Amino acid sequence: MGVIDLSSFADEVGTDGPVTISGLGTRGGAVDGVRCVHSPAGIEWVQPDEMIVCCGGGTPVDELVTALAGHGQTVALPAGGTVGGALAVGRSDHRRLGYGPVRDTLLQARYISAVGEIVKAGGPTVKNVSGFDLCRLLVGSHGTLGFIGEVIVRTRPLPQHSQWFTRTTTDPFEVFTRLYKPISVLWTGSAVFALLEGHAADVAEQAATCALAACDGPPALPTGSRCSIKPSDVVGHVGDFVAEVGVGIVHHTDHLAAATVGEREAILAAAIKREFDPVGRLNPGRHA
Amino acid sequence: MSVGVAPPADVLGALATDLRAALTPDRVRTGSTELGLYARDASNISGSAGVVCFPLSTTEVQECVRIAAKHGVPFVARGAGTGLAGGATPLDNALVITLTKMDRVLSVDAVNRFAWVEPGVLNLDLTRQVTTYGLHFAPDPSSQQSCSIGGNVANNSGGPHCLSDGVTAAHILALEVVLSDGSVVHLGGEQPEAQGLDLRGAFVGSEGMFGIATKVCVRLTQNAPAVRTMLMDFETVEAGAQTVSAIIADGMVPAALEMMDQLCVRAVEAYIHAGLPVDAAAVLLVEVAGLPHGLEADVARIVEIGKAHGAGTVRIAQDEAERALLWKGRKTAFGAIARIKPNYYLHDTVVPRRMLPEVLRKVYEITARHDLLVMNVFHAGDGNLHPLLVFDKSEPGVMERVHAAGEEIVRASVAAGGVLSGEHGIGLEKRDFMPLMFAPADLAAQAAMRRAFDPLELANPFKVLPSPAACGDVQHVPDGAWV
Repeated sequence: MGVIDLSSFADEVGTDGPVTISGLGTRGGAVDGVRCVHSPAGIEWVQPDEMIVCCGGGTPVDELVTALAGHGQTVALPAGGTVGGALAVGRSDHRRLGYGPVRDTLLQARYISAVGEIVKAGGPTVKNVSGFDLCRLLVGSHGTLGFIGEVIVRTRPLPQHSQWFTRTTTDPFEVFTRLYKPISVLWTGSAVFALLEGHAADVAEQAATCALAACDGPPALPTGSRCSIKPSDVVGHVGDFVAEVGVGIVHHTDHLAAATVGEREAILAAAIKREFDPVGRLNPGRHA
Repeated sequence: MSVGVAPPADVLGALATDLRAALTPDRVRTGSTELGLYARDASNISGSAGVVCFPLSTTEVQECVRIAAKHGVPFVARGAGTGLAGGATPLDNALVITLTKMDRVLSVDAVNRFAWVEPGVLNLDLTRQVTTYGLHFAPDPSSQQSCSIGGNVANNSGGPHCLSDGVTAAHILALEVVLSDGSVVHLGGEQPEAQGLDLRGAFVGSEGMFGIATKVCVRLTQNAPAVRTMLMDFETVEAGAQTVSAIIADGMVPAALEMMDQLCVRAVEAYIHAGLPVDAAAVLLVEVAGLPHGLEADVARIVEIGKAHGAGTVRIAQDEAERALLWKGRKTAFGAIARIKPNYYLHDTVVPRRMLPEVLRKVYEITARHDLLVMNVFHAGDGNLHPLLVFDKSEPGVMERVHAAGEEIVRASVAAGGVLSGEHGIGLEKRDFMPLMFAPADLAAQAAMRRAFDPLELANPFKVLPSPAACGDVQHVPDGAWV
């Protein structure tokens, strides 16, 4: 089901010497001072009845979203940048609560390995347990295991109706627990913002149950740092932040230190890196 | 001792002695009856168990694994043994580490909607224990009354409701895993973005070849405020299959979308007397779940699509009892088959939804040519076929026909743009078919993942990945496999 000719991309990646990859530079871009390659761009096909789409890693996410909208569908990838970049970084956007994490969208990838080979991971169907799930390793690997050339990702239907609502509250869980499968619930410490989708009458009734009022949308997410914590711990947060309730991502104005990886887990991750890129030529210096 | 050579009796004796000292003597079994019981899973593929043990804790699992490594004996983690691909079939007198006694739900966090469980907890027991919170564990394989969460993790299990809720991988947040060197790693976490590679995601579906999960943090899903379950019958299998594609193409994702063909409906009806339409060529079981207005709109639209494709009667379950009865029909289909022939072989492939009519036609053609009865009962919404070949294995030559037909069905599915397995896994059953889907470089990458997790190659060796050509003499596929 892979269709893009990746041989010239494979040749560019080559077989030796440090090499880095960049899309639109939205999520970190190339490693400085290293020879840079670009994944092919373009949508190969859309199969709305299968709810899948195949495109090059260099395809802009926004182009994909626009093309899918023509079929009444969308994709759970964060806006901006390229599809390959969104997957390689693996960070979901504020709709993760309802749409699921980015990692669950990738069904099949063809990537260029550290030895310049074209390797296929996964398969074109949503249900697929044929072999080990290499796609999960690629998502969030920051291009350290292979450079994504082509992907098949799953789509989802566009909602009939979609609306943001808000209310002041110091207890976001009071709202969160009363909503059925909201798409997003954000909390600033003093106000909650909920994105509800579906049948207009259901959306209105859900909002009414929680005394929510329609609004244009949430405040811009602070970009100082992004913390990942146990979802219920967001209530303890202070300062200038927007928390994703029910998910556990907190967007802070301030820069906060990231969590660390356990010792044995780091050894395991290093073993994987050694297996896939023993000389460390792919995106040198980057870490997943 | 090198892996791939059955350990001699004295090694197994020493292994059992060490295990008895580490666990308790009654939880280490070497009797021939017990070894026989654990020589296979629910597949038709038998191997041989050297010793069977029953640890109670992570520490005991570590001990078992370290002792196996010390004696150079491979180990096979086993849950309820409901696997259908030989994934838990021990080869070469391996140590079978049975996790069924580690069956506690350790904690339920209703606010965060997750639970920590031990691997031996049964799938349906977990849902029963969290139902008071209005939550459930979404993956629901047909074996959910008897399959364990550890097995669901190993196989990345599916089930009817994966159509809307996703497969097991989407419902596992974190894992505590004992690796083959006896060390413990924590993969994923209660927080949404664990640092580093997604080792959790890599582990799910690794069929016991990366290590042994000893604690599992599962995501729990909100119960739907309203549910509608309906049955539609069709004069042709094609019309039913086309309805499935049309529903999805219309922008709906029902909670479940299942199909049964005539032979299956008849077997089920004789078993449960639910008033199923036994004259129909195919029956669709459709369930929609969610908020009331969207639900009613979807039901109306689905009925309209069904009628446009020639649906005869549409039966909408009027209450929970009728809904349960319709689902009982679906989930007991495999038991009902025993009324027709004593043995069955259940297949599991996935094809693109729009290829369902064509591949189903081929399945009927293949089985007719091999003079076999086939019934189809499957997750149509996912394109996940389950052709069920029914036969009497005492009939001379029948197994050869069953295996030949099975291979043709797998090849036809992959040729139609599908995959080898949707939810049962590769195990031993489909190991040697992996090259139908994957080139040598693809398989090498999967082998590399395995080596990183298990450099000793002691965890359930010789499954999933076909032996490289250089080791073609070490095949290790025992009787019953059709590869």
